[in-house]
Amino acid sequence: MSLLSVRDLTVKFAMRDQTVTALNGISFDLAKGERLGIVGESGAGKSITGFSLMNLLSRPGYIDSGKIEFEGEDVVKMSDKRLRDLRGNRMAMIFQDPMVTLNPVLTIGQQMIETLMAHRKLSREEARQIAIVKLREVYIPSPEERLEQYPHELSGGMRQRIIIAIALLLDPQLIIADEPTTALDVTIQADIMELLLELCQSNQVGLILITHDLGVVSQMTERTLVMYAGRIIEQGRTREIINDPQHPYTQGLINALPQQTVPGQRLKQIPGNMPGLASIPTGCAFHPRCKYATDLCRSQIPEVVQYGDLKVACHEVQRLQADEDRQEVRA
Amino acid sequence: MTDAKTETPLLDIRNLEKRFDLDHGLLETLKFRKGKFVRETRSVHAVNNISLQARKGEALCVVGESGCGKSTVARLVAGLLTPTAGEIHYDGQRIDNLSRAGIQPLRKKIQMIFQNPYASLNPRMTIRQALEEPVRHHNPNASAAEVRDKVTEVMLSVGVDPSWAKRYPHEFSGGQRQRIAIARALTVNPEFIIADEPISALDVSIQAQVLNLMLEAKESRGLTYLFITHDLSVVEHFGTRVAVLYLGSVCEVADTATLFSNPKHPYTRALLSAVPQLKDDRPNHIRLKGEIPTPINLPKGCPFQSRCAFAGARCKSEKPNAIHQPDGSMVACHAVEENRLDEMAAG
Amino acid sequence: MSETVIPNDRPSRWSRMWNSNMGYSFRRNPVAVVSMIVFLMIAFAAFLAPVIAPYDPYDPANIDIMNSEYPPIWVDGALPEFMLGTDDQGRDLWSTILYGTRLSLLIGICAVALQAFLGISIGLIAGYVGGRLDSLLMRLADIQLSFSTLMVAIIFLAVTQAMFGSDTFNRYAVVFLIAVIGVAEWPQYARTVRATVLAEKKKEYVDSARVLGFGPLRIMVRHILPNSLSPIFVISTVQVANAIISEASLSFLGLGMPPSQPSLGSLISSGFDYIFSGSWWITAIPGVVLVVLVLVINLLGDWMRDVLNPKLYKG
Repeated sequence: MSLLSVRDLTVKFAMRDQTVTALNGISFDLAKGERLGIVGESGAGKSITGFSLMNLLSRPGYIDSGKIEFEGEDVVKMSDKRLRDLRGNRMAMIFQDPMVTLNPVLTIGQQMIETLMAHRKLSREEARQIAIVKLREVYIPSPEERLEQYPHELSGGMRQRIIIAIALLLDPQLIIADEPTTALDVTIQADIMELLLELCQSNQVGLILITHDLGVVSQMTERTLVMYAGRIIEQGRTREIINDPQHPYTQGLINALPQQTVPGQRLKQIPGNMPGLASIPTGCAFHPRCKYATDLCRSQIPEVVQYGDLKVACHEVQRLQADEDRQEVRA
Repeated sequence: MTDAKTETPLLDIRNLEKRFDLDHGLLETLKFRKGKFVRETRSVHAVNNISLQARKGEALCVVGESGCGKSTVARLVAGLLTPTAGEIHYDGQRIDNLSRAGIQPLRKKIQMIFQNPYASLNPRMTIRQALEEPVRHHNPNASAAEVRDKVTEVMLSVGVDPSWAKRYPHEFSGGQRQRIAIARALTVNPEFIIADEPISALDVSIQAQVLNLMLEAKESRGLTYLFITHDLSVVEHFGTRVAVLYLGSVCEVADTATLFSNPKHPYTRALLSAVPQLKDDRPNHIRLKGEIPTPINLPKGCPFQSRCAFAGARCKSEKPNAIHQPDGSMVACHAVEENRLDEMAAG
Repeated sequence: MSETVIPNDRPSRWSRMWNSNMGYSFRRNPVAVVSMIVFLMIAFAAFLAPVIAPYDPYDPANIDIMNSEYPPIWVDGALPEFMLGTDDQGRDLWSTILYGTRLSLLIGICAVALQAFLGISIGLIAGYVGGRLDSLLMRLADIQLSFSTLMVAIIFLAVTQAMFGSDTFNRYAVVFLIAVIGVAEWPQYARTVRATVLAEKKKEYVDSARVLGFGPLRIMVRHILPNSLSPIFVISTVQVANAIISEASLSFLGLGMPPSQPSLGSLISSGFDYIFSGSWWITAIPGVVLVVLVLVINLLGDWMRDVLNPKLYKG
């Protein structure tokens, strides 16, 4: 049985003059201990997906329809009390900016111990011991001293480690990490990613990694979803998606990376921009930027079809098969 | 590195230093130490003794992590900051000590593109106003038609529809704004462009568009770039030469191809190994100890010693100088100089 | 969220304003709408006073002392031609209030214009130039703020009244009032503007303007000032209300407008002597007008502060 099963999730935002659809019929599964990457550019809806999974959306956003089954229970229909138990206890979230997540006026120890005591029947001393163990797990040197420190006394990398320790505090089944290293430097990012990978593997924790960085996804995850304008346009095993993407957008995204072109040559750019939520094109949302677009693409939203190991939402997958750009990615 | 070539570099940065004082005024500098009051000013050593050259037509990339002083270098060259010590020469002329009037002719030659396209355009000016302003300022005698033609020309050259000129910046997406910011820099026909992280705020597919635009401008206008970035894959693609900065000092300067095929400084190696790769499964990531120290109290000796696996006694006491290597690169590292690096790796 | 399609037909300036954030929140806020309507009614009536008012209260020929202290028409013993009754000198109260409101608004707005001019110039220079000049100007502002406006105004007006004599003073009372209220409150503007300038100065568009070689004056006026307008609008409304109250207070104390050219404050003051003899309306009706006027201006200011960035206002 899968740990998480999302079916036809639709999220809308009630704006001033209209209601816009931010997520449109998202469906995917996550097995226990599986690592899933969600890739897309800003405005694709990847962060909103993360928030919806914990039912954390706040006005004007709301879940319009669909099911989010976590360990067999629908998150959408949960009572507030059940939700509080879910968040932190069974599902944890790591955000981009550690400074926002940590409360600046409480010490690390206070934040960790109080989280533990709120969810478990523990004495203060027991909670403290667990906190120290968790800090050790994320390779924080001299954890006893860190417990007495305030967030601003720590460096960015250290803070993100502590966030991970807090996320792991209650041994959750699933961690949702929303661009966890975007604010960090390359060398620190590599450390944090390695740590996260190690912890997920050793504790059998599921991971949903939301990022715009295909390189990170490639190294961290087993499966990947590619999102565009509120829909999943391609999903499957990460290796397949990186090596042999089927959707023209995924191909474009990978081909646009500087690594894919000889230095000094023009990069293979995708023309145009991601559409705004209020002006999503008819048919396939990607058609104005797609060189394979046909009349069918302009009028009809493509169904998700199984293509090899991948699920792709594109009318023209078959025709694309012969195209040279795809060959290049594969090469 | 230039002494092999007789040609004078277009931009020549010599022993540049910049410190920012943290304490201002008498009360802040007064400290209580060992029973007496002493005056002491803490300062951030953002840039320490940096020398760099950029030749005409080149794209010199400056890479490094946050706090390494790369943006400060850009701002010093652009004249937005004045150096604490050292000199900046452009085309044979010293430019860091010019008066406001003296620097005017250079403002047409040296232009800058900023990181955040949401902040680098004045939100209360239409695109036309923003683009016409620099043309008018530098060509006071130009007729209205000439100004409009110039603006139309640059807008077309960056791929922005001239009929959008009446709009305000907030009506555009990040990529389009960055195009407009580039257009604005191009209105004065510059020959040298300082680009401070111009694509890091943009999405992947838009990054490619803007990078292509900058490459096109380089070829068609013969531009020279000083390109500041933290993204090594962009450097490999865009740069002709690279300078790696760490804590305000240059670690390594080399031709792009040389640096990527044969990095020498331990920091450069770690940096290159940390970039997430698309294709290979397991990263061969060199782990660095600890994190970047604050640039407030710089350690004596090599700035990288606290995180370096090869640091020896000499590294703690003496700051390494940049030394020419046989393949034309310059490396500031005692271990490289003493050949300790490869011995250790081998042994 | 980035957009792709920009429609090419531009809506008119008016409809853009109506559909902007400000227009929208205005429509959605009944307090703001009512305040705006009341304010516009008072302002129109006041500025059209010579047209609307049945009598000219400044013209002695129109005034008959025998008409004094008639009550408003809804009270027994009123004369039908004096809608709101008459004051102690026999002037039609309705006309006098219209003219008085006009004076109060005029003094308020001009004084605020003067404050804004001084404060914005000083604030811009202090914020942009920084360093010692900034410290000097801001210390001056602190000193100015540590004297209460009324105290400064009372001393200044009392001295001028004694120096020029009451006749000359009365002739130029409007000018003196504008000057003293205008000068006394410039630090409010200077501090707000300086805070915004400091925030704006760090933004990249200012660096961009500097790299393009524009001079400091151009950067201050063309680039920074237009981006600092929101907090200026907000404090302007509050300051107009404050200036009207200051003027009323000074006139009430006999240091403002003379009884021959009454503002709202001097009307209230002149009626005050008769309040216990039963002629309450001479004080009460102008008092209500003053309170309503100040209230609606403050309500509009509150609304504006909520719409435009509230953080900047506090800074």
